[in-house]
Amino acid sequence: MGIDDSLNKIKDRFKEKVLKVYRHSDKRAYVDIDAKDIVDFTRYIFKDLSFRFNIASGVDALEGIEILYHFCLDAEGFVISIRVLLKDKSDPHIATITGVTRGAWWIEREIHELFGVEFDGNSDLRRLLLPDDWPDGVYPLRKDFVAPKRDSRKEEGHHES
Amino acid sequence: MSHKATIPIGPYHPLQEEPEFYKLVVDGEKVVDVDVRIGYNHRGIEKLSESKSFDQSIFIVERICGICSSSHPIACVQAVEDIAGIEVPERALYIRSITQELERLHSHLLWLGLAGHFLGYNTVFMWAWKYREPVCDIMETVTGNRQNYAMMKVGGVRRDIEKDHIPYILQRLDELLTKLEMLKGAVLDDPVLHARLKGIGILTKEDAIDYSALGPTSRASGITADVRRDHPYAAYDRIKWNVITREEGDVFAKTVVRILEMMESVSIIRQCLDKMPKGPIDSKPKDIPPGEGIGQVEAPRGECFHYVKSDGSNSPVRHKVRAPTYMNFPTFRETVIGETVSDATIILAAIDPCYCCTERLLIVNDKDKELMNVSELIKMSQEKTALIKKKMGIA
Repeated sequence: MGIDDSLNKIKDRFKEKVLKVYRHSDKRAYVDIDAKDIVDFTRYIFKDLSFRFNIASGVDALEGIEILYHFCLDAEGFVISIRVLLKDKSDPHIATITGVTRGAWWIEREIHELFGVEFDGNSDLRRLLLPDDWPDGVYPLRKDFVAPKRDSRKEEGHHES
Repeated sequence: MSHKATIPIGPYHPLQEEPEFYKLVVDGEKVVDVDVRIGYNHRGIEKLSESKSFDQSIFIVERICGICSSSHPIACVQAVEDIAGIEVPERALYIRSITQELERLHSHLLWLGLAGHFLGYNTVFMWAWKYREPVCDIMETVTGNRQNYAMMKVGGVRRDIEKDHIPYILQRLDELLTKLEMLKGAVLDDPVLHARLKGIGILTKEDAIDYSALGPTSRASGITADVRRDHPYAAYDRIKWNVITREEGDVFAKTVVRILEMMESVSIIRQCLDKMPKGPIDSKPKDIPPGEGIGQVEAPRGECFHYVKSDGSNSPVRHKVRAPTYMNFPTFRETVIGETVSDATIILAAIDPCYCCTERLLIVNDKDKELMNVSELIKMSQEKTALIKKKMGIA
């Protein structure tokens, strides 16, 4: 029972494919894996261990684009986050997990447009949040993105009285 | 499908707090496909939070939603507390639970009113919104504000509950409870509502698990998950309360879950006021070390999830916010397709998206030709109720 039990199951199942385990507390743990193994890990954790898929979150780290897939086991009350690192920032690729859980449908669209990550096998990567006239290849949640300065005085409809 | 100018009342409208655009493809009476376009009001809060200090970002997330303005801040402070392992004083935990449950009461009442309106029960609409007033009054007594409470801070809460205010809070709660009992009877014993809401928009348990649906949406489909019980936070593990579930997964089950949850909320608030120990309300933490933290909160619509990454500086490196509707929304593909157009409004409203979303409904036929707008749809939904009433010989 508990988080250690689930971490051991994952280690036994995937052996050396588990690159690193960081156990933050009784309720939180982070597992580093290689990006190519994400579908296998997701299938095992979501289907076999019956975890719930919380969400995925991207981070623009120095070494590349990092994606965390957060899963929680409600029956025992803890979260295990699977971490992958996509080293090639110019063209980050990872396989889609929408074949395992349809709950990942929107978040893959979101990470695609905000971080420029390509989810191989996901045919619906249309814009979700950004406007239709947003320029291609500009990813607002990357650290090198600089928001254009806005001068409200020059905008139409704003007149100082 | 394109998003070209098929919107009848612009993407922004003074009556709507949140612009969204649904597109229903219908074949005669039957809905054959649905698509939704969001992001018209994307405010870049995650990006903005990276440029603010940990104290400031709480106020920013408070403004994500006018209804969940206690859930987001609690999730955010819990994520930061998770990074550093900050302890929160007992009394502050109880106060957090009280604001959470007041928020749930007012959110569920708003939803019930709107559901009534969509079905042609405008009395329910006016009652429910009127009985939300005592909740807002209590909120004002507890936090100083009816909305946007500014209550949460890392390590505790900002305001204490005065001892002198407790009798007033209890009195208003009693008042509310009698009204809730009445609403409960009016809704659950109404044969028309049974005929109208049972068996439509069913979300099966398998689909709810697959989509990782949350809150009342999943609990009405037989999933006994509630962050308050499963990942205990605030004072929820110190008091007695029940997780409400239903097996059917239809719109009626979702209604029942919300109504019964309100009863639980009143009970939770009373127990918290009773058991709340004396003491400090803030542990006054200093620096936030590098690390990662996760905060989970059961908002009225389901789990609210915050992930915060810190590099040891004064502001987060990354702040991910996942609101519950984000996971519940995509389930409309399973619940709406195959149903009739007159049921579409109430099915989409049943997950309790920020309600004005449904105002953006637009019906198109296969050739993308506009047929009707939202007011006609609501009218259609109301007419169906009237028809059922007539058949039963009620109206």
